[in-house]
Amino acid sequence: MSATLTHSWFMTTRHLRNLARQPWWIAITLVQPIIWLLLFGAVFKATADIPGFAADSYVDFLTPGIVVMTAAFAGGWAGMGVIEDLNRGVIDRFLVSPVRRPALITGRLVQLAIVSLIQSLIVIGLGLLVGAHFPGGVAGLAVLIACSALLGGSLGALSNGMALLARKEETVIAASNFVLLPLTFLSSAFMQRDLVPGWIQTVARYNPVEWTVQAGREALTASPDWGLVLSRAGLLAALCVACTWLATRAFRAYQQSI
Amino acid sequence: MTPTSAAIEARDLTKTYKDVRALDGLGFSVEAGTVFGLLGPNGAGKSTTVKILTTLTRPDSGQASVAGVDVLASPDRVRLAIGLVAQRSGVDLEGTGRENLTLQGQVYGLRGAELRTRVGELLERFGLAEAADRVARGYSGGMQRRLDIAMGLIHRPRVLFLDEPTTGLDPEVRADMWAEIAHLSGSEGLTILLTTHYLEEADRLAGRLAIVDHGRIVAEGTPNELKGELRGDAIQVELNDPQPDGQAHAALDRVPGVWEVTIEGRSLRARTDDGSAAVPAVLQALEAGGVRVASVTIARPSLDDVYLRHTGRSFRRTEEPV
Repeated sequence: MSATLTHSWFMTTRHLRNLARQPWWIAITLVQPIIWLLLFGAVFKATADIPGFAADSYVDFLTPGIVVMTAAFAGGWAGMGVIEDLNRGVIDRFLVSPVRRPALITGRLVQLAIVSLIQSLIVIGLGLLVGAHFPGGVAGLAVLIACSALLGGSLGALSNGMALLARKEETVIAASNFVLLPLTFLSSAFMQRDLVPGWIQTVARYNPVEWTVQAGREALTASPDWGLVLSRAGLLAALCVACTWLATRAFRAYQQSI
Repeated sequence: MTPTSAAIEARDLTKTYKDVRALDGLGFSVEAGTVFGLLGPNGAGKSTTVKILTTLTRPDSGQASVAGVDVLASPDRVRLAIGLVAQRSGVDLEGTGRENLTLQGQVYGLRGAELRTRVGELLERFGLAEAADRVARGYSGGMQRRLDIAMGLIHRPRVLFLDEPTTGLDPEVRADMWAEIAHLSGSEGLTILLTTHYLEEADRLAGRLAIVDHGRIVAEGTPNELKGELRGDAIQVELNDPQPDGQAHAALDRVPGVWEVTIEGRSLRARTDDGSAAVPAVLQALEAGGVRVASVTIARPSLDDVYLRHTGRSFRRTEEPV
């Protein structure tokens, strides 16, 4: 176990270092969530006037949604890095070394979580700047960020696993495109749950993006229902573990196919 | 599999990808401290063999041991004993030479001062000290290859696998790499398995070699033994026109002291006890048969002839794109 943790950290260091050497990537990663927040905030501003809309302003409501969406997208695209390493033979080199297999996945997920933390802080900071209020305070924000990281980790693990099985950039791109936007819109990320059609409410119940949004928003209220928060966070943690296990298993399938 | 003194032992390996039989009962044995070459064209099964022996993938059937450890039963122990320089590199291009080597060392459990010393040693030894802190993306092909080898050696493996180490390199860089590999083979009792589709490379570097064709070993021995199997000289005749109807073949069948006549396109090859004595008779017979000749060469047996003899195809022809 301790070897797995050490190896994960070696891999995380490598991924963070490589990212730090790509200034354009950093710029886009940091600016994109800001654009989403400002753009969606402007387009859907009138939402707050809908009768029955509970939040005081749309930006109060939207900011957690953008935090979750940013984490989901970062996770969904994570498989691209695996493809690059496969093409260069880096993965094969690690697979013939004593490196722990789970570390090859968790190293990437920890990097993802760190990037997601930074993005979340930026979005939250900007939200505060344009007048959002979070009665749940620091504890609530911490729950939101942690749950988003678990969601990003789950989708990231699936994306990594798929990259190992498909070994083609096109497949990862197609799958991410196919899944990410619908997952985001089949949740209450942008619209209060009781204001969307019934079938979406039903589907959303099984959507991990919705679990994350629910946990984060609930924790940010003045008096959170911690039972609800914990149940959703628990689901996300279980999902993340299951997806990581699946992704690690994908190495076996990959090795059998080469 | 019973332990043996051999550094590498492969028996009856088979592997099929979808409909392609990559390995078809391949087996060989490599003595510790030697350089063994697997020679064959692309697709012969060399890389698949290396993947199996380095624990990257598993055979459908068969057995293998490396450094005395069963590859299928204890892959974890095999991994500690081997280094791999794969055909597809494995260098992280976004990392510097030093970072690549350091991570590789960490994975094998090296830490702290020991790791730093070892990394510095290898950078120096492979002429990468000056470029050590530059990102590998900017390295030349030869530098990347040297970094690859350094990474394969960081944990002082007992068996090193070099999968087509000079493919894609410039001729001068290739010569440097040969010197490097020859130097390695003399050191620290290292066993090297080299795969190549260059005859010259196998001839120069390998103490023993096996010719691989369609997933099987078709011949094995020292380069000299293999060449020695071929009695006499090789005569190669370039013809003016291709000979699809066997006219040239028929003409030479009547010449005494000439055997193993093969024709591929415009190129005719035959073997004879004494090349210079046989040439006049060969030319006369071809002329009498109405076959026009462009040039004639006589050669001592080469690995190319060995390859031709065992596979029925000329090596160079095999390498040409279809």
